[in-house]
Parts: sequence; C-alpha cells; structure tokens
Amino acid sequence: MFSFLRRKKEEVNSPLWLKCEKCKSLLFKGELEKNMWVCPKCSYHFKISVKERLYHLFDNHEYELLDENLVSVDPLNFVDTKPYKQRLEEAKKKTSFNEAIINAVGYINGNKVYLSCFNFDFMGGSMGSVVGEKLTRNIERAAKDKIPFICICASGGARMQEGMLSLMQMAKVSAALTKLEDAQTPYIAVLTHPTMGGVSASIAFLGDVILAEPGALIGFAGPRVIEQTIRQKLPEGFQTAEFLLKHGLIDEVVDRRHLKETLTKYIENLKYSL
Amino acid sequence: MNFYDIEKKIDKIEEKLKILKEREDIDKEKIKLIEEKFKRKIEKFYSSLTPYQKVLLARHPNRPKFLDYVNALFKDFVELKGDRFSGDCQAIVCGFGKLYIEKEILDFLKDKIKYPCLNKEKGYLQVCLIGQERGKTTKEKIKRNFGMPNPQGYRKALRVMKLAEKLGKPILTFIDTPGAFPGIEAEKHSQSEAIARNLYEMAKLKVPIIALVIGEGGSGGALGIGVANVILMLENSVYSVISPEGCSAILFKSQDKVEEAAKALKLTAQDLYNLGIIDEIIKEPLGGAHRHKEELFKNVKEVLIKYLKNLLIMEPEEVKKLRYKKYRNIGKFEEIS
Repeated sequence: MFSFLRRKKEEVNSPLWLKCEKCKSLLFKGELEKNMWVCPKCSYHFKISVKERLYHLFDNHEYELLDENLVSVDPLNFVDTKPYKQRLEEAKKKTSFNEAIINAVGYINGNKVYLSCFNFDFMGGSMGSVVGEKLTRNIERAAKDKIPFICICASGGARMQEGMLSLMQMAKVSAALTKLEDAQTPYIAVLTHPTMGGVSASIAFLGDVILAEPGALIGFAGPRVIEQTIRQKLPEGFQTAEFLLKHGLIDEVVDRRHLKETLTKYIENLKYSL
Repeated sequence: MNFYDIEKKIDKIEEKLKILKEREDIDKEKIKLIEEKFKRKIEKFYSSLTPYQKVLLARHPNRPKFLDYVNALFKDFVELKGDRFSGDCQAIVCGFGKLYIEKEILDFLKDKIKYPCLNKEKGYLQVCLIGQERGKTTKEKIKRNFGMPNPQGYRKALRVMKLAEKLGKPILTFIDTPGAFPGIEAEKHSQSEAIARNLYEMAKLKVPIIALVIGEGGSGGALGIGVANVILMLENSVYSVISPEGCSAILFKSQDKVEEAAKALKLTAQDLYNLGIIDEIIKEPLGGAHRHKEELFKNVKEVLIKYLKNLLIMEPEEVKKLRYKKYRNIGKFEEIS
C-alpha cells in the first residue's frame, strides 16, 4: 500500500555505507544515524524510525508509552489480495509495534507534553479505529491536564480495510480536538513525509501550529491521482513542505535536527500557564 | 450492467399493461394477476442488486440531485454564494429555505421548540440547506465540476453553517459527490485544511444537523459536509472511504475487481446501518429514486421532519454534546489486558 510514497534507501551493497538520494554522496550509516538521518552534505531528510525520533525528542531519551493495550480487530472481515488480519500480523512482526500510531507522555526541555506519533511502516500509517481511538484518548488527556498536545504525522490516509469505520475516525479526532479549545491548550502538528488523504484532512491540518519536515510530501490527493484527473504534469516541488510554506498553508519548515528546540519555543510561548 | 436497458424494458411492459387495462374485452382480474407477477419480478431484481450495481444506481444520471430536493421539498429557497475570500465553488450549493409542516407537528413544536426557526402563523420551519450538486446536462455538470468540490466550496458551506448557528436555524446537508476535487489549485488552497476545518467546526455547532446521503458519498469529500446529529441514507445510495474503482486499483492491484472491492468495503446503506454508522435508511420507490419521484420526496420529507421534530426540542448545548458522543463512540477495536 502507498508504495509510491515510500522513500527508498539506495543500497550500496554495504551494510555500513549508504548513498544519499539527493546529492549522491556516499555516507557512513553510523554517522547518518547520529545526525538523525539527515544527510550532513545536503540536508536531505531520510526516513527515521519512530523509536529514534522519540529518543531524540524527549529529555534524557525517556518517555512513557500509553494505550498500548488497544489492538485492531477486523470488523468487515476484509480480504483483498490478503486478509486484513494477516496484514495486521505482518505489520506487527515487521515493526514490532502493535498499531500505526504510538501515544507517549514525556518532557521536552522540561515541558510536559502528550505526543502521538504515526508509524508509516505499519500499513502506511493508515488511520483505522485504533489510530482514531488512540489519538482521541491522548487529546482528551491533554485537554484534561491542560498539557500541550503534539502529533507527528506520516500517513497515506484512512485505512481502507476498515471501510467507513476508518473514514469516521477523521470526524472523531477532529471533534476531540475541540476539547483543547475549552482547555485553552495548544496542539502542534509536525507533518513528515508523507502526510496525505484522510489524515491530512483531519488531524494534520487542524494544528494550531503546523510545522513540517523539509521535502515532506503533504497534501489531500496523491500526485498520481491529480495527474490522472487533470491530465497534466505537476510542477516541480508541488505538495512539498516548502511549497506549502510558500502558499501560506503551514507555519514553518523545520530541519529535524532543530525540531526539539523549535517545539520548545512554541510550547513555552503557547502553553497554558497559570 | 446497464440500468437504461432494464428500465426501457420495464417502461415497455408498464405501457402495455396500461393499454391492456383500458380494454373492455379482457378480464380485469387476469390483468391484475399479470401486473402483480410483473411487480414481484422487478422487486426481486432490485432487491438482489450487488453492492457494485448499487454504486451504479447511486450514480444513475436520472437520479434526483440536490437541487431537485430543494425544489420539491422547500419553498422560496435563497442561495448564498462565495467563501468571502477566494471564490465560489458551484459543486456545493448553500442557502436557506422554508419547510412547511403539518398542523400536528406545528402544535407539537409550538411550545417546546428551542430555536427561533418556526413561523407559527404560516406553518413552516426555516432551515439551512447545504448540498453537493452534480448537475444533469453536460453544461451543468461542467459548471458543477461533476459534484467534486474545491476548498472554496467547503469554506462557503462553513460560512453558511455558522450563519445558521448564529440565527438558530437547523442544518440539513445533502451528500452526493465522487469526492473532493483532486487538482493543483485545490491543493494550493489546501483541500485538506478546508475539509478538516469543517469536521472541527461542525462538531461544535450549536444547532441540529441532519446529513442525508442521496447518491454517492465519496470519502473525505462527502464527510466535509457530513458531521451530523443524524446520518440518513437513501436505500440505494452508497457511502465509502474510497471508491470501489480506487480500492480495486490500490488493494486488489487490478482495474476489474470493482465488484469484489464494492462488496468488501461495506458501502451500502444496509451495511452501514448494520455497522451502526447511520441512523436510518429511507425507502426508495421501486426501481430507484428516479423512477417515482413524488413517492421519494414524500418519504424523504417524512423522515426529515421526524428527526427535526426530536432535535428542535433539545437545548443547543445538548445537541452539540450528543453529536460529540456519536462520533466519540464510532470505531471497533479490542482492549487487551
């Protein structure tokens, strides 16, 4: 699913070396890892795992996972080329996560935050009943405690295998965000590659502050669908984070290496303080 | 399958029956028997449609469109155009109309109604109408962008719904779209933000909202005007997270698995009622909404008024709370210990 959105790591027949997709420099994997998977030569943002991302974001690399007991069922008995149940099992094995999102609580430079982070490796980060419920629970916690909510998005959209139940999660999480309004508490969205479809048209674009990673593809309709519909080639850089910034759709494009500091400033300026 | 051919056959037989009925020399009882047998046959045919055949019926070109409902059910419709900052999208039509009600309903509402939308002297309710319009003629279809809204359409809808909230009028939305428009300008104006904002704001509105799927409920583009206290569907309408064509291509890796995809997606009114996502199915006349429109409009009006009657006697805060609860509870998962 969403294979065209996947970023390939160009293999260089070596477990230690990697070729940068953009500037083609040969990079030492260990160095890249230390650099948060950002090319030190051209700042190209490689994909980073959820674990590594949270490791870099939270103080002392410490955080607590929440709602890990929520697991997907197969409400429609959905079978395409494979049964949905089998896809879920395979995704669990592949990622060692039990769903396409994790909920966490921790501190960012001393500021407590509730954070949800999509996992694109788990069925394309698609939003089904569990993703919707986990987001809702984390938002409700943030509203109750008046603690900032952060969501790091990476998703192809709604999870087709749960049919209308997944489409309705868009409405569910959007409704949940209204609770933050009553609590005078900010929600910061961080859009990473890729953020599309139903996730883009709900949780992602409802951020009070919307930040995005350089080069991330962000939009409602996928580029292929648009090209097929309007029968013309899309302009260079269309639907990238930089394109969105230029058109006034997001607040800032932030280099991953500066994300923690940037988030800190927004949180400290906006959070409920009394 | 081609509904046109089938409908032509039905029309032919109906005409023959009509001629037979007018003849004096044939036994009336005999004709009645033939007629009943014929009716049972059509009923059997239409009640055994596959999910994908229902998708085709939901997209039937002659099926009543939003403006047909506006003209049939409401009086003195006034339209409001434009989102007030970047344009007007005509795939979504917004406005206000008068819904005349029976004396019995009027008497019931008179003392209990919590919203300033009832004209007691003349016996009508003022309602806000929002709907996707696909158009019927080629010219009209192009003007309406085939019912695929741009961000301006969603923002116009939100502007008008907020006006309805300010004025205390209930909102009725009519869903019929293949989906939000996938285009360069639509992305530049953030289709995502426009839809997301509507989901958020509709969750907060302090007036009753009823959504009715009259044709095709195409994914996020449909949901963008679909957050409601009550979700209704016409018997042969569909509502889906993705079109069967899209699902076939992406998940089944093939262009011609549309039948399987439609079946797997559980997109018919009956499926969605069983899943607890919609509140009620409105019966269509035999052969679909376009075959006997008078009967259809009568059914629709009856059901709309039934729900309006219940919602209009609730406090604004309660209406909002109930809507939140409805969506809060959607989703099927397991909690393991």
